[in-house]
Amino acid sequence: MREVELLIIGSGPAGLCAALSAAESGARALILERSFRPGGQLVKQTHMFFGSERQYASHRGVDIAELLLKKLAEYGERIELMLNATAVGFYEDNVVTVLKDEKEYFKIRAKSVVCATGAFEKSLAFPNNDLPGIYGAGAVQTLMNVYGVRPGNRVLMVGAGNIGVIVSYQLLQAGIEVAAVLDAAPRIGAYLVHASKLARMGVPILTSHTVKEAVGTDCLEAAVVWALDEKFKPIPGTERRFDVDVMCVSVGLSPLNELLAMRGAEMKYVPQLSGLVPLRSENCETGIPGVFVAGDASGIEEASSAMAEGWLAGLCAAAKLGYVPADFEARRREYLSQLENLRSGPVGERIRAGMKLSLLEGGMRDV
Amino acid sequence: MDENTIICRCSDVTLKDVRSLIAQGYVTYDEIKRITRIGMGPCQGKTCGQLVLREIANATGQSMAELKFHNIRPPVVGVKLHLIAEEAERNEE
Repeated sequence: MREVELLIIGSGPAGLCAALSAAESGARALILERSFRPGGQLVKQTHMFFGSERQYASHRGVDIAELLLKKLAEYGERIELMLNATAVGFYEDNVVTVLKDEKEYFKIRAKSVVCATGAFEKSLAFPNNDLPGIYGAGAVQTLMNVYGVRPGNRVLMVGAGNIGVIVSYQLLQAGIEVAAVLDAAPRIGAYLVHASKLARMGVPILTSHTVKEAVGTDCLEAAVVWALDEKFKPIPGTERRFDVDVMCVSVGLSPLNELLAMRGAEMKYVPQLSGLVPLRSENCETGIPGVFVAGDASGIEEASSAMAEGWLAGLCAAAKLGYVPADFEARRREYLSQLENLRSGPVGERIRAGMKLSLLEGGMRDV
Repeated sequence: MDENTIICRCSDVTLKDVRSLIAQGYVTYDEIKRITRIGMGPCQGKTCGQLVLREIANATGQSMAELKFHNIRPPVVGVKLHLIAEEAERNEE
């Protein structure tokens, strides 16, 4: 069985930064990536990021992936990246089973693990929600920006959070009509900058609205929406029909962390973090010594926080292996202060509350 | 309309199926899973999980945090049995 020092599962923003951070301390890392290309969701982000300079603000996500991969290459053999490799099982004694290229299956034992597996799109229940033409917004973004495939001609976007609004704008950029954007909430969840772009393009954003039903025989032909009252109950008589061949469902993400659950990490449902999350220390370590979590897998935030968590988890995972650089405490404090900044203000209030709920008792400083 | 609302895409379980089981007293994810195969398909409950738990929460007045999801077991995606057998043989040598 292959033995590695540090195994990082996922090569999105959190996984890549964890690898860089651990390698900077002197550890050797193997990254497993289930896709044929590294970078996770960064590779389809054609918009510029906000946040601070440390998280590459005003760069496009796709360029950030390139920057991180270039840095990765500087570490040579200290970081190995295995593509088309899905971690399918995570057992006691840190054995991870891997399915590679769908034709090889093998075990790896790791001294330390960072689980940076990202998120999964939430689905929505409404009549005929299985008609072809109904997608997750992230899936449509992948189709367009990664594969260059036009998803259809006229789109209804369900969800006015950042993903829904950004993907709507990218659909317009690709020459696809966006009939409307809906959100069940009484206000737009996305940053004003993104939502204003849509409004300027003449796309109606209907708050307090949801899908009543999808209409079509073999594929989506139309969608009927209706208004919601302040208790989120539909108001009969407010139905409107949109003739669309694509509906994008963008009602949030769930943390993807089933490997940690199967490994035995204590899990908790934390609504502020959008689902089941592992309890973890301030240093991103779960209740299982040497098993870390970073990025959306520990609670839904943004790519910038995922990067900062990756740096922190990589630093602390390497320290667990004995690679404690002279500036360990300074680096640790720096990453923690970056996270604090990213989670500051009213927007971060929810995240801060969620983080408190998912913190291990007495797990503040255990490295 | 509930019969046309799909909760589990993997095993084609509808909202009507789920609501009728809840009405019969099956108010845990595990029970609904054992009867309908919900959560046992390729997505392993990632699509349907929160939808089913939300239905249970609404029907029983419990909060989502009080409800138990199913135990997660490997593998997280389908793996051909011969690949697992071959790896087991390699490890015996």
